[in-house]
Amino acid sequence: MGGVHATARIGARGDGRGGTSLPVLESDGPLALRRTRGAASEARVMLVGAMSGPLGGDRFAVEADVGGGARLRVGSAAATIALPGQTKEGARYEVRLTVADRGELHWLPEPLISAKGSDLSVVTRVDLDAGARLVLREEQVLGRMREEPGRLGSRLVVRIAGRVVLDQELTCGPGAPGGWDGPAVLAGHRAVGQLLLARPEFAERPMEPRIFAEHACVMPLAGPAALVTAVAPDGLRLRRVLDEALAEWDIR
Amino acid sequence: MHLDHSPHGPAALSADARRPDGSRRALRVGLGGPVGSGKTATVAALCRALRDRLSLAVVTNDIYTREDAEFLLREAVLPPERITAVETGACPHTAIRDDISANLEAVEDLEDEVGPLDLILVESGGDNLTATFSKGLVDAQIFVIDVAGGDDIPRKGGPGVTTADLLVVNKTDLAPYVGSDLARMAADAKAQRAGLPVVFQSLRSESGVADVAGWVRARLAAWTA
Amino acid sequence: MTRAALLVLADGRFPAGGHAHSGGAEAAVKAGRITGAADLEAFCRGRLHTAGLVAAALAAAAAAGADPAGLDVAADARTPSPALRTTSRRLGRQLMRAARATWPDGELDAVARRFPKGAHQPVVLGLAARAAGLGPTDAAYCAVYESVGGPATAVVRLLSLDPFEATAVLARLAPELDRVADRAVTSATAVRTEGVDVLPAASAPLLEIGAEVHAAWPVRLFAS
Repeated sequence: MGGVHATARIGARGDGRGGTSLPVLESDGPLALRRTRGAASEARVMLVGAMSGPLGGDRFAVEADVGGGARLRVGSAAATIALPGQTKEGARYEVRLTVADRGELHWLPEPLISAKGSDLSVVTRVDLDAGARLVLREEQVLGRMREEPGRLGSRLVVRIAGRVVLDQELTCGPGAPGGWDGPAVLAGHRAVGQLLLARPEFAERPMEPRIFAEHACVMPLAGPAALVTAVAPDGLRLRRVLDEALAEWDIR
Repeated sequence: MHLDHSPHGPAALSADARRPDGSRRALRVGLGGPVGSGKTATVAALCRALRDRLSLAVVTNDIYTREDAEFLLREAVLPPERITAVETGACPHTAIRDDISANLEAVEDLEDEVGPLDLILVESGGDNLTATFSKGLVDAQIFVIDVAGGDDIPRKGGPGVTTADLLVVNKTDLAPYVGSDLARMAADAKAQRAGLPVVFQSLRSESGVADVAGWVRARLAAWTA
Repeated sequence: MTRAALLVLADGRFPAGGHAHSGGAEAAVKAGRITGAADLEAFCRGRLHTAGLVAAALAAAAAAGADPAGLDVAADARTPSPALRTTSRRLGRQLMRAARATWPDGELDAVARRFPKGAHQPVVLGLAARAAGLGPTDAAYCAVYESVGGPATAVVRLLSLDPFEATAVLARLAPELDRVADRAVTSATAVRTEGVDVLPAASAPLLEIGAEVHAAWPVRLFAS
């Protein structure tokens, strides 16, 4: 047993004058949150720390709750690197995001890098009201430069108005089910990422499916959301592809 | 077989003559035959000959998908929504005989979306002499061969030549150039087919597809009688 | 129940439309990711542990009597590629037709009525197994076998691969098919108490991306 248990919390609320206040901004242990200067109506928060974790045995969680009329943008100062710990136990990182009607969240952290010997499970659960808006980015890089990856499991569950519109998990590295590195799953690529875009207007006019890079496409989901999935040889090239999609949607 | 003919019943299973709402479905005629014998050209000519009087649609089963459908679209023989291509996974005979589910879906969707229809032509991908249509898919089938494929094909027989409801010997205008003996082909076909009809046609001649169109009209008259 | 019904349902000749689908193999062959038996094995293994596991769990849950509509939503959520959702529903509709003709059953009729354009194929597979008097384990086995059998047959046609080699690939995967079917049944059993969220959601990014790329080709041999 052992390892660090920490939960950081962000609560964003519309201030009634078109701005966003942050009544909740709780750092915890290695998970430090900083409010940074934002645009007029948008609150910005940077997650600093946790860069050299999580280690085996750690239990991290970050929660963000965005109320009606609030706009929140969350980023991180640097990539998160999963490292092997003292214990045999794996590490766990949970992200829980809720956005109310007329609320908007941009969740755009830096990538998660799985270092050799590490064992991390990341679970992201998103709950959106029917009128909520979300941009979410997830990037996983398997190993630092020319390094074998550790074991990395990730699950992304997105609910809109109570209905699950996306449930996906991917497990890579030593001990993952067979074939993860083969031609059906990653085919030797070392970076995999997703962008999720949820907007109420997609209920009427869904996004068109489109292939926009060698291994990247936009896929309308069975609900008012679209997913970009991309694989790339490394984290830099993955980011370039995902940035291209964000730019097309006019999201910075 | 369990059938449900209630107005909101589930879709028909296979060759049921009635649609789920109880109305009579379109006559389905299959066209099969070897590659290059002129199936698609015959379908195009039939569409031109019949489209003014009948409500028509076509399902194609290409080997390499959509080629035949694209041809029919280019030739504008029917509006695009009346032409559907079924993909066959490199095995066109499977899709018309052993596993007809995708073709049944296609004919039913056509009736739902552009119906009511009188006639649906189902064209097989060019295959070999043994490819025939399942009775679960079509009500009648036409097998198309041509004189350039060798004048011994009728003599050799095979399920298509011997059992098709109509045998069409196409491209008769080429017979003198390829050294095919039409009289011999006619005699062999007669011997193989136990009284089933044979049409010799050249789509370049004045009569064109008229004989085949006449045969289709007669089948349709019997179907709706 | 009759064990032989399992052979009827799992037979590649069961007329439910599978022959026209490559399970993503055509896209992978064209992209150069499958060039021979070794790649085929790695491809099948990856598909088995992702799409195969998910399909088997859905099929087992349907065979165990879970609500087909809830499972259908779960299948949608586990299939981000619209091309794959369309394929799955089309194959579900084709399988529904074959199953209703083979094992007439009121439950199948009801689901056919509720999903006129097709429920997801694994859900229909589970219901077909149920109508045939088979259980969740049988349904899971059909699904895991389909998840590798389809690509293997397709690659024989696409690459003119030696059919003995392709069949040997399937035989080598057999112990893994057993394990995946087991896991699928375990999670399907938990649906009754925990709901459909407990079902596995293993995904394969290149199967999803490849399906979208394939659907955009103007000319192809297989429907998916």
